Amino acid sequence: MNLRADDFELFGLPRRFALDRAELDARRRALQAEVHPDRFASADAAARRAAMQWAVRVNEAYQRLADPVRRGAYLCELGGVPVRADDNTAMPAEFLRQQMAWRESLEEANSRAEVDAVEREMQRERGLAHARLAAAIDDRHDPLEAAREVRALMFIERFAADVDRRVAGFEG
Amino acid sequence: MALLQISEPGTSPEPHARRVAVGIDLGTTHSLVAAVRSGVAECLPDRDGAVLLPSAVHYFADGRTEVGRAALAAAIEDPTNTIVSVKRLMGRGLGDLGAAGRLAYDFVDDPVGMVRFRTAAGIKSPVEVSAEILATLRQRAEDTFDAHLYGVVVTVPAYFDDAQRQATKDAAELAGLDVLRLVSEPTAASIAYGLDNASEGLYAVYDLGGGTFDISLLRMTKGVFEVVGTGGDSALGGDDIDAAFAAWALAKAGVVASSAGERRAAAIAARAAKEALSSAERAPFRCTIGGKTFELQATRADLEAVARPFVERTIAVVRAVVRDAKVARDEIDGIVLVGGATRMPFVRRAVHDFFGRAPLTNLDPDQVVALGAARQADALAGNVGAGDLLLLDVVPLSLGIETMGGLVERIVERNSAIPTARAQSFTTFQDGQTAMSIHVVQGERDLVADCRSLARFELHGIAPMVAGAARIQVTFTVDADGLLSVEAREETSGVEASVTVKPSYGLSDDEVTRMLKESFGHAEDDMAARALREAQVDSDRLLVALSSALAADGELLAPAERASIEALAENLRKARAGSDRAAIEEAMHALSDATEDFAAERMNRGIRRALAGRRVEDL
Repeated sequence: MNLRADDFELFGLPRRFALDRAELDARRRALQAEVHPDRFASADAAARRAAMQWAVRVNEAYQRLADPVRRGAYLCELGGVPVRADDNTAMPAEFLRQQMAWRESLEEANSRAEVDAVEREMQRERGLAHARLAAAIDDRHDPLEAAREVRALMFIERFAADVDRRVAGFEG
Repeated sequence: MALLQISEPGTSPEPHARRVAVGIDLGTTHSLVAAVRSGVAECLPDRDGAVLLPSAVHYFADGRTEVGRAALAAAIEDPTNTIVSVKRLMGRGLGDLGAAGRLAYDFVDDPVGMVRFRTAAGIKSPVEVSAEILATLRQRAEDTFDAHLYGVVVTVPAYFDDAQRQATKDAAELAGLDVLRLVSEPTAASIAYGLDNASEGLYAVYDLGGGTFDISLLRMTKGVFEVVGTGGDSALGGDDIDAAFAAWALAKAGVVASSAGERRAAAIAARAAKEALSSAERAPFRCTIGGKTFELQATRADLEAVARPFVERTIAVVRAVVRDAKVARDEIDGIVLVGGATRMPFVRRAVHDFFGRAPLTNLDPDQVVALGAARQADALAGNVGAGDLLLLDVVPLSLGIETMGGLVERIVERNSAIPTARAQSFTTFQDGQTAMSIHVVQGERDLVADCRSLARFELHGIAPMVAGAARIQVTFTVDADGLLSVEAREETSGVEASVTVKPSYGLSDDEVTRMLKESFGHAEDDMAARALREAQVDSDRLLVALSSALAADGELLAPAERASIEALAENLRKARAGSDRAAIEEAMHALSDATEDFAAERMNRGIRRALAGRRVEDL
C-alpha cells in the first residue's frame, strides 16, 4: 500500500458504485485507528509526518467514497472517462425540461408542505439516478453512460441545495 | 558503545515512569485542570479544595499578578486592571467588539491586530492574560504530582476559528506548556460522558458556556468519537444573559451604572440572581451602584423573558446543524449538556422540547470538558491503560481565498474531517502578471467582507504570461489541532510561497518570543539555558519514541538499516550529554531523517493491519 493507491484499494473495497455505508465507516475508523496523528503524538517527527500524510489521505478517500456523486465521478475517471462537469454541460432536452419544471414548482411553493412535495419528487429522481449509475458502472461497465448520469446528478444536487435553503427559510 | 535496549515484543518497551499529562479547560468564566490517576479522570483542586479557578487576572503596578478568586474580588474596585472573560477577546480585533464590549477596559487604540489592554503592569494582550491562567493551573498540576508535565490537552470551543485557536495555542506555549493537542470542548465532553457510560450511537452535545455556544453531533463507536457536524456562536454565552438581566434590573430600579466597575457589579449581581433562580422561583437581586444599595425581587419568569432571545438563538443553531448533518431528530440517542449556563431550567426545557427527549444531566456540566481532555491527554502521552481512544474531529468553518470581485472561493468546506489537505488551481487576471496576492478567509458567506480575514501573503516570480495562462495551485492543510497552513505554487516555474497561517489577529513568532522573555524575566543566558533544556527534553522524547517503535516494528528493518539508525541514536545520546544545543539539534535531525523510511513502513503495516480480515473476496 502506498499513498498513491486508489481509494478503493486503500479501503480494501471492490471498485464498484454499490457500497455498504456502514462498512465504509467501519473501515475508515479502523484505518484512522492505525494512522491518525493522535496515535503518534509521542512519536518522532518522521512518524508524525507520515501519520499526518496518511490520515489526510484516508479522510480524502473517505469523503470521496461516502458521497455518491463524487464516488460516481471518481469511478468514471478510473474507467478512463473524466466527467468534465465544467466544460460538458450538454444535457438531454427532456432532462432540462424536468429541471425547469422543478425550479418553477419550487419558486411557486408557498408553504412548507409544497416545498416538501418538491423535495420528495427530487429525492425519488435522485434514487432512480443512483440506481441507473450503479447499473452503468457495476453491471454494464460503461463509463460513458455513467459520466452522463453523474452530470445529471450534479444538476440534481444543485437543485437539492436550493430546496435545502427554502426548507431552512421555513425553519428560521 | 551502549546500544539501545530493546524489550521482548509485547512487553513494555520502556520502563519509563507514567507520563504526567493533563487536560485543561480554559473557560470564559472559570478554568479547570484534570488528570487521570489510577485509571480515573479527576479535576485537581487547589490548596483550598476548589477545582474551579475563576478566569480572572489582576495586574499590579509592581508587575505582580493575582489569578482566580482573589482577582475576581478586585474586579469591582479595580476594573481596568482586572481582566475577566478574556476568552471572548482571544484572536479578536477592536472592530470585532460591540460598543458595550469596548467600555469594559482601557484598550490600546489600534485598529490592526488583536486587542490589547493598558494595565498598571503595562500593555497586555489576551494571550498573555490567558497564559497567566494557564500557568496557574500548570503550577497546580505540578504541585499535585510533584513532577514536570509531559504535555497538555487544551480545549477550545468547537466553533473557534483559526485565529482564536492559534491564540489559545500561543497562550499555552507562553505558559511553558507542551500542547499535545487542542481539542474541541463538546468532543472532550463526549469522551468523558461516553467512556464513563460505555455509550454507543449518535449523541448531541449542547455546550452553553460563559461566553461561547457550541453544538456538536458525534457518533460514538467502541472508543472512537467521530464528529458528524458542529456549529455554534463564539460570542454567545451566559455572560450575555447576565448583562441583559443586569440591564433589566437596573431599568426596573431606575438606576444607571455609569462606570466600568458599576457595570461589573451589576453583572456579578445578575449572575448571583440567575444562579439562585435555577433552584428557586424567586430570588433577590441586590446590587450597590453609586454608593447606594438597591434590592428587588426577581422571578424565574423575569429571567426567562430576558434569556429567551439568547436561548432561541442557540436552538436555531442546533436546528441548522441537525439539518446540515442530514439526521432526523429521533435518530439521536442522547443529548449531553455542558457549561454552567445549562443549569438554567429554561435552557434544559428548550433543549428537551427541540429533541423531544430529556437531556442527560448526570455529569457536572462545569467539569465534564476538563475530564474528557484529561482522558485524551493520557492517551496522547502514550500511557499504558489509556485505552483505544480516538477522536475524529472536523473543521467548524469553511476556509477559502479571495477571488476577483471580493468573492470567496471555498477550498475546505466546513465539517470536513481533519487532518485534511485540499488543493485548487487559480490563474492570473492580467497579461504579464508576475505576482499574486493570496488572502485567506474563514466563514460561510460568499463575500470576503462578511468572512473573517485570517492572513495575506504574496507569491512572487510568476513568469509573465497572458492572463489566464498561469496555473497557481493553492493548497490548504488543516492539522489535527484544526490549525491551517497554506501553500501556493506556480506550476510551470515551480515558484513557491507558503505560510503557516499566523492570523492577522494573532501574534507573530517574534512577539511570542518577546513575551516569553518578559514573562519569565529572563536574561539572554536564561533563554539559552531554556533552549538547551528544551532540546534535551526533545531528544529524550525522540529516543524513547524510537525505542518503542523499534520494539513494536523493529523487524521491518534490514540489519544494516537498523545498525545505522542505532549508530545515529548513539550519536544523539552523546550530544545530549553535552551542552551544545546546535549539536543536539543536528543529531536529532540526522536521526529523524534516517527513520523516514522506517516510519513509512510502519504506517503501511498499520494499514494492512486495519484491513486484515476485512478483505472482500473479489478484491
